[in-house]
Amino acid sequence: MQHFLDISQISKTFNTATGTYEALQNVDLKIQQGEFVSLIGHSGCGKSTVLNLIAGLLDVTTGGIFLDGKQIDEPGPDRAVVFQNHALMPWLSVYDNIGLAVRAVFKKTKNRAEMDAWIMHNLELVNMTHAKNKMPNEISGGMKQRVGIARALAMQPKLLLMDEPFGALDALTRAQLQDSTMEIHRELGNTVIMITHDVDEAVLLSDRIVMMSNGPAATVGQVVDVNLPRPRNRLALAEDAQFNHCRRLVLDFLYAAHTPAEPQNSEVADLKASRPEAA
Amino acid sequence: MITASLNHLKAAGLRLPHLAARSIIPILGISLFLLVWQIVAANIDTSLGKFPGPSQVWQQTKALADEHVQQRAKAAKFYQRQEERNAKKLAQDPNATIKMRAYTGKPTFWDQILTSLITVMFGFALASCVAIPLGIICGLSERIYEAVNPIIQVLKPVSPLAWLPLVTMVVSAVYVSDDPLFEKSFLNSAFTVALCCLWPTVINTTVGVSSIDKDLVDVGRVIKLPPSTHVAKIVLPSSIPLIFTGLRLSLATGWMVLIAAEMLAQNPGLGKFIWDEFQNGSSNSLSRIMVAVLTIGLIGFLLDRTMLVIQRRISWDKQAVLR
Repeated sequence: MQHFLDISQISKTFNTATGTYEALQNVDLKIQQGEFVSLIGHSGCGKSTVLNLIAGLLDVTTGGIFLDGKQIDEPGPDRAVVFQNHALMPWLSVYDNIGLAVRAVFKKTKNRAEMDAWIMHNLELVNMTHAKNKMPNEISGGMKQRVGIARALAMQPKLLLMDEPFGALDALTRAQLQDSTMEIHRELGNTVIMITHDVDEAVLLSDRIVMMSNGPAATVGQVVDVNLPRPRNRLALAEDAQFNHCRRLVLDFLYAAHTPAEPQNSEVADLKASRPEAA
Repeated sequence: MITASLNHLKAAGLRLPHLAARSIIPILGISLFLLVWQIVAANIDTSLGKFPGPSQVWQQTKALADEHVQQRAKAAKFYQRQEERNAKKLAQDPNATIKMRAYTGKPTFWDQILTSLITVMFGFALASCVAIPLGIICGLSERIYEAVNPIIQVLKPVSPLAWLPLVTMVVSAVYVSDDPLFEKSFLNSAFTVALCCLWPTVINTTVGVSSIDKDLVDVGRVIKLPPSTHVAKIVLPSSIPLIFTGLRLSLATGWMVLIAAEMLAQNPGLGKFIWDEFQNGSSNSLSRIMVAVLTIGLIGFLLDRTMLVIQRRISWDKQAVLR
C-alpha cells in the first residue's frame, strides 16, 4: 500500500567542527492524507531536523522521503512551512506578505484578480482581513502567527508543516490559535505535521502523536493514537478519560522513560566550559 | 504682531523655549572653540604673517563671495560684447561665419566647490554601481566571497595617492577622443575617488546580505522565488541599513580622497584652490585656505546628512534611529 507521506528509514548526520554528529537514525513514519500528526520530544531530539528534511530545506543522509509517491529532494510550495517566529518580511504589509507567496506560486495559473481574491480568502480563514494593510511590527505576536499560517495555507500545500507554531505565544492567544487551527483543519482537511513541546496541545489537536527519543541518533520512540471524536472542545475534554489517558501516555514517555539524563549532564558541562570563572 | 506669533508658538506646544534650551549647549561649544582659536592663532607667527583668526577668515569668506560676483559680471559683459560684435558682423555680411568663444576667466571659489561636488558625486555613483552588486554577490555566495575577500583586504588599505599616477597614465592612454565629453583631469579625480569609495560599500553590503534572517531565506526557498525576485524582495530590503552604512562611509572617504587628489594632480576643485593659495603666498592666503578647510568640513557634513535623508526615505523601518 502506498502512503501519502512515506518517511522511509532516514538518517541525518551533520558535519561539525568536532567531527560528524548523527542527529537522526532510522526514522520511519507513514502518514495518511488528512491526518494531523504531532511530533513531540525533548529539546535537541531532532524534531526540527525531521521537519526540515520533509520541507526539503535539508537533505537526508540515507533513506528517502516520498510525498504522493514522489521523492522529496528540494523545498517547494507543496510543503508549506509555518515558522516558529512567523518569518514575515518586516518590510511588506500583511497583504503583501501573503501576496509574495501567492504571486510566486500561482504566477502561471491565476490572474491578478484571482490572486487578490485568493489572498483575501486566506486572510479571512485566519480572521485577519481587518489588518491587511498593517505592517508586521504593528500587529501582535498572535496576529503575526495567524498571517504566517495564512501565507502557508495560501500556497495550497499538500502538506502543512508547523514548527512549534504557538511556542512563542502567551497561553490565551495560544488557545485561540489552536482552536482556529482545528477549525481550519476540519474545513480544508489538509494533512498537517506539527512540532510541539506542549503535551496538551499535542493531544488536543492530533490524530496521532509521534514521540521521539533523545539524540544523538534520535528516532521514533512510540506512537500514540488519539481516537477522540472531532470537533473537539478543550473544556469538555479536560474531564475526558480518553483525553487524560493519552496525555498520561505522552507524559510517561517524556518524563519517565526518556528523561534526557545525558544531555542534561553535557549541558552542565558546556555551561562550565563556557564560564571558566565558575569553575 | 509679535505677541500674535508668540501665542501661535505657545499653541504649538511651547516649542520655542525647548528649542532654545537644546541649542544652548552647542552654541556654548562653538563660542568656546572660536575663543580658543582666536587666542591660539594670535600666538602663531608664520612667514605669511599671523595665523588667521575667526574674523580674518570671515573677511576672506566675504571677499571670495565678492570675487565670484565680480567674475560673473565680467563674464556677462564678455558675452554681451561678443554678441554685439557678432551682430555687427552679420549686419555687414549675412554669410559671415561667427565664432562663439567661452569666457576663460579664473574659476572662482564657488566654481571650485561645484567642480569638486560634481567630481565626488560622479566617482561615488560609479563606485556604488560596482560595489553594491559585488557586495550582494559576495554575500549570497560563500565561495565567491572567499575568492574575492583576499583581494578586497589587500586593496582596501591602499592610499588614494598611490593610485593617482596609475589612473592618470591609464586615462591619458585609453581615453582618447577629439571631442571629449569629460575633461581628463575630471576623470582622473573621479576614478581615484571611485577606487577608494568601493571598499566600505562592498564590505558592508556583503555583511548585510550574508546576515539575513535564515527563516526569511527559507520562506523564499519554499515558495521557489527566482533569484532576481529573491534579491529584490528579500535580500535588498533586509540589507538596506548596512548598505547605507557602507555608502555613507564611502562618500566620506571619497570626499577626503578627492581633496588630496586635486591638490596633488592640480585637477580643478577645492584641492587645487588650496594648493594655488599656498603657492600664491599672499598675506590673505592662510585665511583663504582656512575658508576652504571649513567649507570642506561643512560640505562633508551636508553630504552625510543628505545620505541620511535618502536612507530615511528608502528604508522600510521608519522607526529605526539613524545617526
